Amino acid sequence: MNPLSLSLFWPACLFIVILFIIGFYCLLVTFNLIRALIGLELLIKAVTLLLILVGYVTGHEALAQSLVITLIVMEVVIIAVAAGIILGLHRHNKGLDVRHLRSLKG
Amino acid sequence: MNTQVITVDVMILLAMALAALWTVMTRSLLRSAIGLALVSALLTVLMFRLNSPLAAVFELSVCSGLISVVFIATISLTQPMTQEKVLQHMKDRLERFWYLPILLVLVGIALSFVNFKFDLTLPVAEAEKDARVVLWNQRPLDILGQIIMLLTGAFGIVILFREAKKK
Repeated sequence: MNPLSLSLFWPACLFIVILFIIGFYCLLVTFNLIRALIGLELLIKAVTLLLILVGYVTGHEALAQSLVITLIVMEVVIIAVAAGIILGLHRHNKGLDVRHLRSLKG
Repeated sequence: MNTQVITVDVMILLAMALAALWTVMTRSLLRSAIGLALVSALLTVLMFRLNSPLAAVFELSVCSGLISVVFIATISLTQPMTQEKVLQHMKDRLERFWYLPILLVLVGIALSFVNFKFDLTLPVAEAEKDARVVLWNQRPLDILGQIIMLLTGAFGIVILFREAKKK
């Protein structure tokens, strides 16, 4: 672990927290399904950056890269299936506003 | 020299945070998708700089390319709003999102005063340097998980679109 990588660690952590807040805020306040998915993507980006950063600081870059590759594969599948579900909901409800989704209301 | 390296990394991180903020705050969904691709591209540059080229290539091709295409296709397949609805929507959005920059500035100020101390050394004897060796030899279950997830995704999409076709 070199001092150079450690000096980058805290500023990067600050930006990871900022990315996380942006993604989480987007998920909380938006009513549009596509924008909610974009918020989820931003959260995943923050996690990806955290994994790469910790791998770099601890000197385990290979392990971090293998984890990030797995994460990217999961991300693609989640986004593809979610996009399919959004299209289906749009066909059914003629809109993407979550306030108008009443089909599953108990 | 070392300070310059850190400064470039911090500049990239700052650009990434600004791109993410623009992605969330912009009115147009298409611009949001483009902003997300920009965030991915900047993350790729950072990954290259942090000695992770294999993951960076994946990020650039899959997240910046494929996922942007999926988003843009989804946006174009959904109906656009009328002008009246767009104006109302813009008003509502501004009311909901104007707290975000204030929240970010407050959290940034608060975190800049915090000084955590963690021991980041891992209890591993020797770290493997090649990502391919780690992925294929040390973590084969991850590969299995990836294959299962890809098949699940493929079947899920097939089922979703078959149902839509029947209707």
